[in-house]
Parts: sequence; C-alpha cells; structure tokens
Amino acid sequence: MVNIDTKIDADILTLIVVGEVDASSSINLDNAISKAINEGHKKILIDGKGMSYISSAGLGVFMSYLQDFDKNNIKMALYGLNEKVLNVFKILGLDQLINIAESESEAKVLMND
Amino acid sequence: MKHSFKIPCSTEHLKDARRFLNEVLSKYNLGDVNQSALVLAVDEVCANVIIHSCNLNPNMEIELNVGFEDRVLIFEIIDEGVASGFDISSYRGPDIDKLIKTGKKGGVGIMLVRKIMDKIEMDSQNGKNICRLYKNL
Repeated sequence: MVNIDTKIDADILTLIVVGEVDASSSINLDNAISKAINEGHKKILIDGKGMSYISSAGLGVFMSYLQDFDKNNIKMALYGLNEKVLNVFKILGLDQLINIAESESEAKVLMND
Repeated sequence: MKHSFKIPCSTEHLKDARRFLNEVLSKYNLGDVNQSALVLAVDEVCANVIIHSCNLNPNMEIELNVGFEDRVLIFEIIDEGVASGFDISSYRGPDIDKLIKTGKKGGVGIMLVRKIMDKIEMDSQNGKNICRLYKNL
C-alpha cells in the first residue's frame, strides 16, 4: 500500500510518498510521476520520509523516467530516504544516477543546478 | 529450525510474505539494513514467480521456507506454475545504462537478488519449481 499526496511550492511540485512501493503498489508511483510530467512540471521532488520499503518495481519506475526527465529538462530529486530504502538504491549504484538528497533544503538546491 | 508460510499468487500478498520474513529474521540480529535486504531478495523472487510462473493466478500458492544450517540462511520459494525455463541462477541481467535508455520498468529485480544473496539454485521436481537462496552469516 502506498499513498501519494502532492504539494506545490512556487515552481516545485513535491510528491509525498508514504508506505511500501512494491510490485503491487508501484503503479501508483508511476501514475503520479506520469501525471506530474504531463502537467508540465519541471521541478519534481519526491519526499521519501514516509517510504518504508521499495522493491525493484519502484526502482524501475524511477529508472524508466530518467530519459524523459533529461529530454524535457525536468529536474527530479528524492530526499528523506531511510537507511533501508537508500540501501536498495545503492546496491545497484542507482544513487549515482538518480539525485538523492538528505533533506528537503538540499534537494531544492539540486533543483537550481 | 524451519519456518514455513504460504501466500496466494497475487502481488497484493507480497506484503504478507515480507511480514513473515521480517518476523523470522528478527531472531538473527542481522541489523535493520541487512535484514531488509534479505527480505527484498525473497520478495523479488516471489514477485517474479507470481507474475511469470503463476500468471497472477490467485488460486495458486507460493510456499516459503526459511531454514538455518551451519551459519547459512536458506530460503526456499516453491510454486507449481509453468516452469518458464528462465533460470535466475545463471541470469546476469542487463546493463543498467542500457535499461535506462530503453525506458523499461522491469529488469533489475533478479540483479538485486544476485547482489544480496551468496548463492541461487533452481530445481524442478514433481511439478514444483523450487528456488533456493543462500546467505552466509
């Protein structure tokens, strides 16, 4: 089960992801990111403080949009991941390919790079 | 000591499998991050079986067994679906950069399993597919 709320602050859209992102629920994350892109948002933050679990299905969602982000000049960063969730990104080295920040303020800096 | 659990072949039940695994593994004091990685690896195999071997048929079941022998944790994931001939014990997985270029959403689950576990075995007997994952402690 995952719940995704959105918050808009100036030109930054934040998706607040709470719960477990697995093979069953990753579709919700997919839909939320897809909607954000379709609505034309150029700065997308993922608040992962409440994300208690992620499996390859969730990693796959982020990976599948990296090219879209690049092509459309969209900045995306995750922040607030707990150690267990961050480790899943690190196992495959995805922390080198996806912007991952510790805090919201750090993630916002990445939006202006 | 062997612990067993069954779930229907539906991705909605993966969380039940994870709860079972977390309960069993909590006795081994592996630390949060390590325990969570082992649960992830088993979850990945289960998701694969549910989707590819059992075709999301909730009338089928997956059996999970966890055992501990000679400082090795052994996880068995058993199903009676179609043995797809896909052998995860020899699967290397695609290059991450290539995967990103194709924009596909799948492909990294078994890579995670291979990174997390020390050995993977596949076996078929009496219509059952058995995947065994070994982790040395």
